[in-house]
Amino acid sequence: MPERSTITIHVNGHTVVVPAGSVVSAALLAVGEPCRMSVSGEPRTAFCGMGICFECRAVIDGVAHQRTCQMLCHEGMSVETQR
Amino acid sequence: MRGFDVLILGAGIVGCACALECVRAGLRVGIVERDVPGGATTAAGMGHIVVMDDSPAQLALTRYSRSLWQELLPHLPVGVEYERRGTVWVAADDEEMGEVHAKRKTYALAGVESEVLDARALAAAEPNLRAGLAGGLLVLDDAVIYPPTAAAFFLHEAVRGGAVLLRGQGADHIGKGIVTLRDGTTYAADRIVVATGADIALLPSLPIQKRKGHLLITDRYPGFLHHQLVELGYLKSAHQISSDSVAFNIQPRLTGQLLIGSSRQYGNENPGIDQRILRSMLERARSYMPALAGISGIRAWTGFRAATPDKLPLIGPTDDPTIFLAMGFEGLGITNAPGAARLLVDGLLGRVPGIDATPFLPSRIALMETKHA
Repeated sequence: MPERSTITIHVNGHTVVVPAGSVVSAALLAVGEPCRMSVSGEPRTAFCGMGICFECRAVIDGVAHQRTCQMLCHEGMSVETQR
Repeated sequence: MRGFDVLILGAGIVGCACALECVRAGLRVGIVERDVPGGATTAAGMGHIVVMDDSPAQLALTRYSRSLWQELLPHLPVGVEYERRGTVWVAADDEEMGEVHAKRKTYALAGVESEVLDARALAAAEPNLRAGLAGGLLVLDDAVIYPPTAAAFFLHEAVRGGAVLLRGQGADHIGKGIVTLRDGTTYAADRIVVATGADIALLPSLPIQKRKGHLLITDRYPGFLHHQLVELGYLKSAHQISSDSVAFNIQPRLTGQLLIGSSRQYGNENPGIDQRILRSMLERARSYMPALAGISGIRAWTGFRAATPDKLPLIGPTDDPTIFLAMGFEGLGITNAPGAARLLVDGLLGRVPGIDATPFLPSRIALMETKHA
């Protein structure tokens, strides 16, 4: 069976198709959605890209504060900006 | 030698509140701070403004102080993060529910508004509490603040009114109207107010013991928690004098973060985290709020409460007619700072105090000696 070349995820309620193997923070960047909003309301996205800085946290499948730069997209994944 | 009417030692929340009261009374005020204002005991605490009924005197002082916070409210900067969250004393079973009713009655007699919550009302007020709890008591006007910025506000107002902050060195010894700093600088003061929290190096015979506590703050989970929650068993735990104890105590911050406590240990002056105590504190919290298991903590720290044998602070004069105390607040220094400052200055000026000051007078306990060089 051939490997699937794309994956469908849901970002802030919108359906998004990304290449298989995409990192979640990259998918968020590609569609221009922030990973999280700071206390003062600024949009934030991945910075270090290696799980250290915690700027890329988002809500994944209902679980808050997940580091999206350390996570691959899976079929049907729900991704929401952390507020 | 430079002179002051009042020289306050310690720019924690209590010292800063005292400084502002003195300035407002027209006194020439100096404040000695060896390090960062509001950076020690003040910064370690939760910032819960709470009326406590563990003794009639404590009830009177916490209620009085809370009313002074309410008067201050229109003037507090946004950074103080004052929020009238209310406290819910959580009753686990019918026995504790009996305590809820007794507590409501005590508060009502003191003019403190509270509301009994049955099991359903408690679940509605805080959906993340576990099922099967008996109910609770909601004390409506209790509040939450960020203590270091509150101390900074008092200090700023005091300095604006003419107080002088003498920063960078602590006092080495005091007595008979003279304060000598570590570098030998001396200041004259008609009155010296010691407000050094749990640090009793200047007055080593003071009956103040350090009581260590742990706190943990989480990442932001807005909407997870609405009130400050404290288990009723907290009172049993807080009153144990000898053994280590933990109790469920959780506070919502303006940012959506959760501040989780609490622990109490005597005889441990190591400021490091005690993993065994931290674990048992968090397990206690999780037993009340199972969903905490999935929440991420970002920092834990410890602090030292300044505990007196009778659980009441030391506010007022000592054997040395120039030395006054404002310390020994245990877990209530944030709540009681404005009330203590008012009582202290009422005493200094011979004004009639707003509440009976005698339960807090240092003369009630053992004689004190000053540390002379």
